[in-house]
Amino acid sequence: MEQGPAGGPAAATTAAAGTGGLLLPLSESEQQRYSELFSRCCPPPEVAAGGSSVGELFRASQLPPDTLHQITELCGAKRVGYFGPAQFYIALKLIAAAQSGFPVRIESIKNELPLPRFMALKNDSEARYGTPAELHGVKFQVPHATLEKNSYKRTDEGDKQEPKSPPMSPICSPPASPSTYQRIPLSYGYGKSRSGLEQQHGAPYEVRHSTHQQDGPSSGNYGAKPALTCSTPNRSLSAEREQQDSSTHYSDDPWRITEEQRDYYINQFRSLQPDLNSFVSGSVAKNFFTKSKLPIPELSHIWELSDVDCDGALTLPEFCAAFHLVVARKNGYQLPETLPETLLPQYLQAASLKPTRDCALFDSYSESLPGGQQTRDFSRSEVRRHEKGSYLAECRAVGQLHSDCGMAVKVSTALKTIPKEFQSYSSTSIEDAMKKGEEPPTPPPRPQKSHSRASSLDLNKIFQQNTQAVRSGWLPPPPPALPPRPSVSQTEQPSEVELHPQMNRPPAQAEENIPAKKEVVLAQPPSKPTRRKLRAEAQGLETPELSPTINVTSSTPAVKPHLPVQKQSSKQKRAIQTAIRKNKEANAVLARLNSELQQQLKEVHKERIALETQLEQLRPVTVL
Amino acid sequence: MAVCIAVIAKENYPLYIRSVPTENELKFHYTVHTSLDVVDEKISAMGKALVDQRELYLGLLYPTEDYKVYGYVTNSRVKFVMVVDSSNTALRDNEIRSMFRKLHNSYTDIMCNPFYNPGDRIHSRAFDNMVNSMMMQVC
Repeated sequence: MEQGPAGGPAAATTAAAGTGGLLLPLSESEQQRYSELFSRCCPPPEVAAGGSSVGELFRASQLPPDTLHQITELCGAKRVGYFGPAQFYIALKLIAAAQSGFPVRIESIKNELPLPRFMALKNDSEARYGTPAELHGVKFQVPHATLEKNSYKRTDEGDKQEPKSPPMSPICSPPASPSTYQRIPLSYGYGKSRSGLEQQHGAPYEVRHSTHQQDGPSSGNYGAKPALTCSTPNRSLSAEREQQDSSTHYSDDPWRITEEQRDYYINQFRSLQPDLNSFVSGSVAKNFFTKSKLPIPELSHIWELSDVDCDGALTLPEFCAAFHLVVARKNGYQLPETLPETLLPQYLQAASLKPTRDCALFDSYSESLPGGQQTRDFSRSEVRRHEKGSYLAECRAVGQLHSDCGMAVKVSTALKTIPKEFQSYSSTSIEDAMKKGEEPPTPPPRPQKSHSRASSLDLNKIFQQNTQAVRSGWLPPPPPALPPRPSVSQTEQPSEVELHPQMNRPPAQAEENIPAKKEVVLAQPPSKPTRRKLRAEAQGLETPELSPTINVTSSTPAVKPHLPVQKQSSKQKRAIQTAIRKNKEANAVLARLNSELQQQLKEVHKERIALETQLEQLRPVTVL
Repeated sequence: MAVCIAVIAKENYPLYIRSVPTENELKFHYTVHTSLDVVDEKISAMGKALVDQRELYLGLLYPTEDYKVYGYVTNSRVKFVMVVDSSNTALRDNEIRSMFRKLHNSYTDIMCNPFYNPGDRIHSRAFDNMVNSMMMQVC
C-alpha cells in the first residue's frame, strides 16, 4: 500500500509516456482510492491485476459493456495485454469520466473528475477483503444463491443488508474476486434502493436490469453459460416476474420456491390453464417456455426434469418446478442433473398446503363437505402412500381449497389411479352406484354350474327370503347374480322340461325337495318378475346373501357402497353372517339334491339300456 | 450388457448411437448399419399387421464370431439395435427383451417432451443414464 501512492504518480507518468505524452494528475484521494482498488484487484506479489477481477470491478461501475471495452482499449491494457498499475489507473480515470458523462477519451482524463463510483465498494468493509483466495466453485453457488434470493426480494432498507451479509461473509470471507463480485451486485441492489433512486414497488426492473447484466458476464466467467445472450430478454421477462416482496425465505437454497414465486407461478399457470387441477398440455407449455428465450436443449432438459410422470403435460407442481428451473437458469444457475428435492411434485404439493392455507381451515372446510371427514382423512393418509396417488390426493385437496365442493366431482373424475375404494368420495357416487346398480357387471359364475334348473331355483327362493331379511341394511350394492340366473334357467328350461316329468314320475321320490322343486318351478315365472320388480323398486336393495361374497370378489360397483355402508358396517357384518349361514344350508340342500338326481339319472340310464337291448333283440326280426 | 446400442429412425438414419468407448466405435457403427438390412427383411416378412408385442422384438438378427446383434422395431418403425458381446453367454433372450423394453419406455418418455422434435438426435440425459446403465454392466 505504501508503494501505492508513491508508485501511483510514477506509474501515471509512465502511463502517460505510454499513451503519448499525457500527464495523468492524480489527486490525493484519487491516488488513495486507485491504489486501494488496484491492490484489491491485484494482490501485492503480482505485478498486474487479474483480468477477471478487474473486469468485475469495471462492471460494478455500471457502465455499458462497450464503454468498458473502449476504456480497456484506451488505457492500453489491450495493447500490453495486462492491467498494469498504469493501465489500471488510466482505466479508473476513464471510468470516472464516463460516469460523469464525459466521452471516453484520453483527453477527458485531464479534467477534474470525481472518484469513479463502484457502488459496491461503498458498502464493503475492509474486513471482507483481506488476502485473496482462490475461487471455489461451490462458494460461487452459495453467494449466487443469496444473489438470486435478493433479486427476488426487494430490499428497501439498508439494514437489510446486514442480515444478509453475515450469511455471506463466513462463506466467502477470503475475498476471492468472484465473491467480491457477488457482493457487488448485491450491495449494488441495496445501494441503489438506499440511494432512493427507485421506489420500492415502482421499478424493480432497473435493479434487476443491472443485476442480470452483471449476472450474464459473471456466469460467462464461470462456466460459459449461454445465459449471456439471454440476459437482455431476460430482463424484460424477469421484470414481469418479480412482483411482490416477501421478507421470509426458508434458506439460501436456490431450488426452494418462495411464497411470492409460488404465487406468481400459480398466476401464470392460471393464465395458461384456468383449472388449477388440470394439466397444461405440452404444446402450450412449450410455447410459454420458449418465450423465455432459453435454448431449446436446455428447455428440453428442464422439461425432462420437471415432468416427473412423463405424460407430456404439466400439472401445477410440475409447472412450478419447470418455471422455477427456467428462472434459475436465466439467473445463471447450472441446471441440476436430477430434480432437486424441493422441486418434486409431492414436496411442492405439501408445501403449498402448509403455508398458504391453515390446516384448521382445511379441516373445517373438509368437514363441511358431505361424505364424512373421517373417510377423507383416512383416504388422504391412505392415498399418500401411493406415489402418484399422493400427488393426486393433494391436488384434490388443493383443488377443493381453491374451488367449491362442486369441484369434487371434476376432481374425482381425475382420480383414476387412486384405489377404487376411495372413489366413493365424490358426491355423485351414490347416483353413480344407483345407475350402476341397474347394469351389474359380470356376476359370479354360479349359474354356470351344471346343476339342474331346480337348484338354481332353490337359490332364487333363498335369495328372496334373504332379500326380505336384509333389505333394510343395504344401500346401493349391485344385484350381481340376478340377471344371468333367469337367463340360464331359461336356456336350461327346454332341456330340463323333459327331465322334470321324469323326475316327478319316480314315486320313490318322496322328498321334500320335489314338492319344493315343483312349487319352485311353478313359482319361478312369478318369482322372476317379482325379482325384477324388487330390483326395480329397491334400486339395488335386493342383494342378499350373494352380495357380501360378491363384494369381496367384484371390484368397482361393489365397493361403491362403502361410503354409506361404512356407517352400517356392523349391520352388514350381521347380514353377511346370516347370508353365509343360509348359503351353507343352501349348499347342503343342493348337494343332497345333486346326489339324488344323479341316482335318478343312473336309474333312468339303466331303464334306457334295458329298453334299447329289447329293441335290438326285436329289430333283427323286423329288418329281416 | 450391451456393447453398442443404437436408435435408428424410420428413414434409417441414426437418432442415437452409443458404444462402449474402449472398442473401435466405427466398427460398431458399421455393424449397426449392416444390421438394418436384416431388420428390414424381418419387418417385410412379417406382413402388414404389426400390432402384436411379440413382433416388436425381432430377436437375434445375426451372430458373428465376436458378437451378436439383436433388433427391435417399434410401431412407428423406429428401430433399436443392440450389439452384444458373444462372450456373455449368460445373456438370455428374456434379458434382451427386457432391455429393449426399457429402451422403448425411455424412448416414449423422450417423445413426451414437447421440446423434442421427432427426427432430431436424442440428447436427453435421462436416456443417456438409462443406456449407460445397460452398458455399464459389461464391466
